[in-house]
Amino acid sequence: MSDKINVMVTSENMEQMQMAAMIASVGAVSGNDVSVFLSMNALKYFLKGNDLKAPVEGDMGTKMLEKNVPPFLELFEQAVELGDAKIYPCSMAMDMLEIKSEDLFDYVGEPMGLTKFISDVNKGQVWSF
Amino acid sequence: MSDRILVDAKNTFCPGPLMELISNMKMADVGAELELLSTDEGSAADIPEWVNKVGHEIIDSFKEDDVLHIVVKKIK
Repeated sequence: MSDKINVMVTSENMEQMQMAAMIASVGAVSGNDVSVFLSMNALKYFLKGNDLKAPVEGDMGTKMLEKNVPPFLELFEQAVELGDAKIYPCSMAMDMLEIKSEDLFDYVGEPMGLTKFISDVNKGQVWSF
Repeated sequence: MSDRILVDAKNTFCPGPLMELISNMKMADVGAELELLSTDEGSAADIPEWVNKVGHEIIDSFKEDDVLHIVVKKIK
């Protein structure tokens, strides 16, 4: 059975981004309807041409960087490419950063407001990072 | 078994092996067999779960020199 999975990502920490990306990608390729909402400090990683390094929160993050873990941006892209996940940048966060849709990676969808995200959540699962 | 598609996902971690299998699977024809090589124990347990959920078929699964081989047939 497929579910609606909503992933809200607001952290800038590597471990949080990684876990969110894993939920989104594995959820999407397993046939679920996945929506990702990017806001607060998470949005900047999706700016074209950025080379930002997400700060690690603890030992696990350090370990993950040493080992061959798929980078979270690659997993988010695969969620879209392989599993038809939808990634929505928060319109408030875009206003704050003074950026437009075309400044973000092409696999990121059109901006969405919180009101619409909440109404789309429906009875689906919500995961927050 | 020369017509099997080899997917070498050794030394990558969850969900690397699964994502590599899936991206190769997308390009393969229906009926094709893919042999995934993985050294990640967690993904090893997850892959049959995904294969069954999505409706493909596990043809074979064995361990050789600490490398797990999972052979999957693309059903649809």
